[in-house]
Amino acid sequence: MRLRHYTVFDSNDNYFDDHKNASICRKVAHKCYLPANRLLLDLIRKYDGRFRIAYSITGVVLEQFEAYCPEVVSTFDALAATGCVEFLGETYYHSLSFLYSQVEFTEQVDKHTKMIEYLFGQTPRVFRNTELIYNNQLAAALDTTGRFDGVIAEGADHILGSRSPNFVYRPQGCDNLKLLLKNYALSDDIAFRFSNRDWSQWPLTAEKFASWIDDANGNGQVINLFMDYETFGEHQWADTGIFDFLSHLPESVLRHSDNSFKTPSEVIHAYEAMDVIDVPHLISWADTERDLSAWLGNAMQSNAIHELYRLERTVRASRDPDILSDWRKLQVSDHFYYMCTKYFADGDVHKYFNPYDSPYDSYINFMNVLDNLRGRCAAAAQFETIELTSRGRKGESHVPAN
Amino acid sequence: MSLNPEGESIRVFMLGWEFPPFISGGLGTACYGLTRAMDSLGIKVTFVLPKKVHGHYATHVKLLTPESRHETETGPPGFKNVQFRWIPSTLEPYSTPQEYLDRLERIRTNHHELFSSLGEGAEHFGSGEHYGRDMYGEVQRYAAIAAELALREEFDIIHAHDWMTYPAGMAAAATTGKPLVVHVHSTEFDRSGEHVNQMIYDIERAGMERAHRVFAVSCRTRNIVINRYGIPGEKVDVIYNGVERNDDRAFSDTRIRSDEKIVLFLGRITMQKGPEYFLQAAQKVLGVMDNVKFVMAGSGDLMHRTIELAADLGIGSKVLFTGFLRGDEVRQIYKMADLYVMPSVSEPFGIAPLEALDHDVPVIISKQSGVSEVLTHALKVDFWDVDEIANKIVAVLKYPQLRSTLKDHGNFEIRKLRWTDSARKCASIYEEMLVPA
Repeated sequence: MRLRHYTVFDSNDNYFDDHKNASICRKVAHKCYLPANRLLLDLIRKYDGRFRIAYSITGVVLEQFEAYCPEVVSTFDALAATGCVEFLGETYYHSLSFLYSQVEFTEQVDKHTKMIEYLFGQTPRVFRNTELIYNNQLAAALDTTGRFDGVIAEGADHILGSRSPNFVYRPQGCDNLKLLLKNYALSDDIAFRFSNRDWSQWPLTAEKFASWIDDANGNGQVINLFMDYETFGEHQWADTGIFDFLSHLPESVLRHSDNSFKTPSEVIHAYEAMDVIDVPHLISWADTERDLSAWLGNAMQSNAIHELYRLERTVRASRDPDILSDWRKLQVSDHFYYMCTKYFADGDVHKYFNPYDSPYDSYINFMNVLDNLRGRCAAAAQFETIELTSRGRKGESHVPAN
Repeated sequence: MSLNPEGESIRVFMLGWEFPPFISGGLGTACYGLTRAMDSLGIKVTFVLPKKVHGHYATHVKLLTPESRHETETGPPGFKNVQFRWIPSTLEPYSTPQEYLDRLERIRTNHHELFSSLGEGAEHFGSGEHYGRDMYGEVQRYAAIAAELALREEFDIIHAHDWMTYPAGMAAAATTGKPLVVHVHSTEFDRSGEHVNQMIYDIERAGMERAHRVFAVSCRTRNIVINRYGIPGEKVDVIYNGVERNDDRAFSDTRIRSDEKIVLFLGRITMQKGPEYFLQAAQKVLGVMDNVKFVMAGSGDLMHRTIELAADLGIGSKVLFTGFLRGDEVRQIYKMADLYVMPSVSEPFGIAPLEALDHDVPVIISKQSGVSEVLTHALKVDFWDVDEIANKIVAVLKYPQLRSTLKDHGNFEIRKLRWTDSARKCASIYEEMLVPA
């Protein structure tokens, strides 16, 4: 959801770079989504129900695929139809709304659920928050709705202590909700290290990876592998052998009779919670810190996001669906990630995925857009007042004279 | 410590143009920073530079005559291993051949007026007769004296800063047989665009060709040296400038604040520095915000045209010209500024943005600058993109969070740009050069 270059001198309300978004969409569709979806569909059919997966996919991405590359949506639909694929719940706009507005968060989760129901005919029962941002409060909020059976979070060392991520847990203060923790070591072996030739385990074969999974048998019930879908074909290019790895994985894992594949909901129903996990402070899956500093680590980031959510009441008061939709698209967490100054000078992953020359440029662009949106809200509010006043006058004229 | 093949400290015969406090631009600052760092590394430096000859009554009675050739004088305080040698000369950095002629003419007139009042026999004393009749002649005269001086000094390496000293460097290399380094702080293409002065270009090229090694202040400059002067890349190294950190850190929070924002241009007002882009951007900024003033600190050959341009753009009352500032005045202006803008058309390096950051002033710098290679926490623009310059100026003035993030990270970042690292790199190349073939 990239913004176009928007200066303080711009005054129109086309904030998004549709052309760029379309081309990025098509590029990732052809490098990742289409080949990966087709491969997984083949594997599901081949293993006849024994290979199962889950997707966490936002509303904005689905919207973009519908617009620019609809065949991606049909392949997801085909996957949904196999009965071996679960779709998880999350915020429609890949937003950090949980941190800033309960109302907005709930609306976005509802909107996402409706879209998944509409497109794939299933209702999400397991939730994952944007960037795996999580704490006790999130779990409690989900628990009280009764709409979710479980939530996924990062299996960060500091919340686990000596415990293993390979069990089902219960979030602190929840009666029904269960907690699944990402096994970051094994997930990152695929997502980050797969093609790293300096890694002592390179090259990683499906057999080797399956043997690491086997090692957990006897001391764990479930291994949650959770990774960016673009691992397949985009972060790890096809020529690294990532698709071959994926196609051999089910066979290698299933060779051991104790192993099976389950979707998150199946895991939650199959196993009891081993222990309660207390997460008073917010965690995420980002960087080594596993905190929120990638999105809210500097003064620009927190200023931008505070200003954005401060506008919520005005946006809603405008009752203008275009304004609401633009405001929501500005909530996509990437906008704040691009403003991250952490490691900026070292030129690492933060820079690699950043379309801007610098975090400063990204902040300036965002703030210019937000300024314009604020202006539109004010104009809409004024229009609303005028409309009300004129309606009021009409009413008066209908009052009988006697 | 850097040693020559005999196991002694390396001794450098260094040829410069200017040295603080009498400086007119970045070259003096760079020579000072580098020399000071070399001093601290134990490198022995003999620093040769022109003794300024003024065209004013107030100073010229103390003039050294060209007949006295050169003198040893105590230089600026605080150096252990550096000695200064001054050669009286009418050379001034950053001047054109025409300006040289004008200055020489002024000196002659002044001398004539003064000495005719002193009576018979005095008029030829320091009358300017002995200086070169044009800039080229003076550069050659200067070179000859420097070469003569070199014969009486003990050193291992000759290091010449910018074109005016290249002939002196070449002459010293020829008379002593010592290896020569030329240090390119700026080229004729940076200063004059495509309207290069052939005489200066020829001197620059000859110096670079004759030199055993060429130091360039940025990759940008290195590319110009290779592409425009045809110098083989293997003998051209990049030595980035550093920044001398401001001593009065304790007082740095005593910023001068007012409701009015101040955007600063600090540098020579010449084609190279892009003053017209600064003003065009200023006009656009003033179209969307009012409480801002634009200060242009510096002087130069485009000063009058720039003042006129401000008036033509209808922003005359919003643009202040301070003239050339030095020392405390510079510190004062930094304390007042909310933002520093360097819209240079071609900037080999650009030390001023580092100084601005050192004074906690965030910076916008042109992408056509060497300093943009080393600074990440700066806003970068194409010098011609006045809309974008204005967009960024407005953002910095409008959003305190942007200002503070730029300032904090920028101030931290410049701590890595140390003169000692530049001096160390010079020293290691000296050592390479001194290894007997």
